Amino acid sequence: MNTRFSWFNATSVALGFAFLYIPILLLVIFSFNESKLVTVWGGFSTKWYSALLQNEAFLDAAWVTLRVALITATVATVLGTMAALVLVRSGRFKGRTLFTGMVYAPLVMPEVITGLSLLLLFIAIGMDRGIVTITLAHITFAMCFATVVISSRLVTFDRSLEEAAEDLGASPLDAFFSVTLPIIAPAIVAAWLLTFTLSLDDLVIASFTSGPGATTLPMKIYSSVRLGVTPEINALSTILISVVALGVIIASLLGKRADINREI
Amino acid sequence: MKPSRLIIAIPYLWLALLFLAPFFIVIKMSLSDLAVSIPPYTPQLDLSGGWEAITAYWAALDLENYTWLADDPLYINSFKSSLIIASVSTLITLAVAYPIAYALACSPQRWRALLVMLVILPFWTSFLIRVYAWIGILKTEGLLNQLLLSVGMISDPLTILNTNTAVYIGIVYSYLPFMVLPIYATLEKMDWSLIEAAEDLGSSRLSAFWLVTFPLSLPGVIAGCFLVFIPAMGEFVIPDLLGGSDTLMIGKTLWVEFFSNRDWPVASAVAVVLLVLLIVPIVLFQRQQQKLSEAG
Repeated sequence: MNTRFSWFNATSVALGFAFLYIPILLLVIFSFNESKLVTVWGGFSTKWYSALLQNEAFLDAAWVTLRVALITATVATVLGTMAALVLVRSGRFKGRTLFTGMVYAPLVMPEVITGLSLLLLFIAIGMDRGIVTITLAHITFAMCFATVVISSRLVTFDRSLEEAAEDLGASPLDAFFSVTLPIIAPAIVAAWLLTFTLSLDDLVIASFTSGPGATTLPMKIYSSVRLGVTPEINALSTILISVVALGVIIASLLGKRADINREI
Repeated sequence: MKPSRLIIAIPYLWLALLFLAPFFIVIKMSLSDLAVSIPPYTPQLDLSGGWEAITAYWAALDLENYTWLADDPLYINSFKSSLIIASVSTLITLAVAYPIAYALACSPQRWRALLVMLVILPFWTSFLIRVYAWIGILKTEGLLNQLLLSVGMISDPLTILNTNTAVYIGIVYSYLPFMVLPIYATLEKMDWSLIEAAEDLGSSRLSAFWLVTFPLSLPGVIAGCFLVFIPAMGEFVIPDLLGGSDTLMIGKTLWVEFFSNRDWPVASAVAVVLLVLLIVPIVLFQRQQQKLSEAG
């Protein structure tokens, strides 16, 4: 197999990663730029980070975003686990085709359509728009991603383990919580992290479903970017990228440890 | 544990109420008329008016917005240009992604997990930030022009930002992992001894690739194309931040109708037409996914 990793393949990988990472790297480098111009290097400085920490509007938006993302990730993961159980284990039931459709469609649905339709729903039922409506909207599309992640793990799960627990006197619920859940835990953690970042990143759906007073970080970033490129946005982006990168690395290390444990 | 009725009912009801029901509201809204009021549309259902009010309400719904869409070249052109931009950028993404996916599948086993994680990692970082990163690169006084000018490849800065070229770059960049991963997944499962067999039987490396490898990777290629094409059709952030004022894409048109013109009925009609255009690829995509998951 190693012989097939030719110079051609090595070049493809190198160019591919250069394309993927150079823009992000430049963004990070210019967040430490002394100059206000984002494209001309004027010396090293961390002043944009301290400016960021004094920017009330950004801090408020960060707090709103964090609360929305935490609730979204938690509720979406619970709903996603239920939906995955239904998809993998329910066999045929009335309305299964519709259910499968509703789980997979939001994955590819253009965000403008999801956002518009949810907004019209909230208006139709007379709900005040704000953090609650953003969270409900985020849970709805995020739970479908959680379902896909968890069901791919659940498919490979050996049902006889659960049956054994039940034969030994555990109730189905006990068997689920003490046998199944620990085994699919890596997928649940992955689903939680994925839905958390999806909520953290979303601009379009949040813009449609938010009301006065509820501005999320992406909405704030978007409105500043429209006014021009500023080093402060670079600094903010760098912080967000580091948080996400750290999370992904921790999650993959956890996943690795779980894999090793299983092999032993 | 076989899921009880309750476990089925909770996610089912959630999706029915917050995903399915809103579509009917969008369809209804697309049949309404713009009005100078809050909320800005008419008719409004007034149940206290009894049966007469309800029939009057139904009578006031019409297809006017759709004839409006069909008559105004702005909308037709946005649909056309979205279709072109989404298709072309899907093909470019495929051309860029295939060699990467192929190389990953051939890479030594001990590096593979790391390399795959490096492909996924950018997908986890904010979409908006990744698009924003390109503004500083593609600007007239941006980093790409600085580089090209300093090595003497060009004598005048190129105008890339705010053109369709920037939109193509943005889409290919943002959706690359969606194309790489499904192709990698099919190539990784492939039995490489088939290639050796083809080569033993006298086929050249290139024809072995076209006759064996590529056809076997088609499920991944098709899945990747759907995963790029469908969201690219409705893309808003990329054409808005990287495209120019003449970049027409339907997601942007819908956004402007809704937020700037506050014409909710026309925005809804645009959404319905976009959905109708996407229903065929979405259903095909789901069929394929289902087939793949059943095949294990």
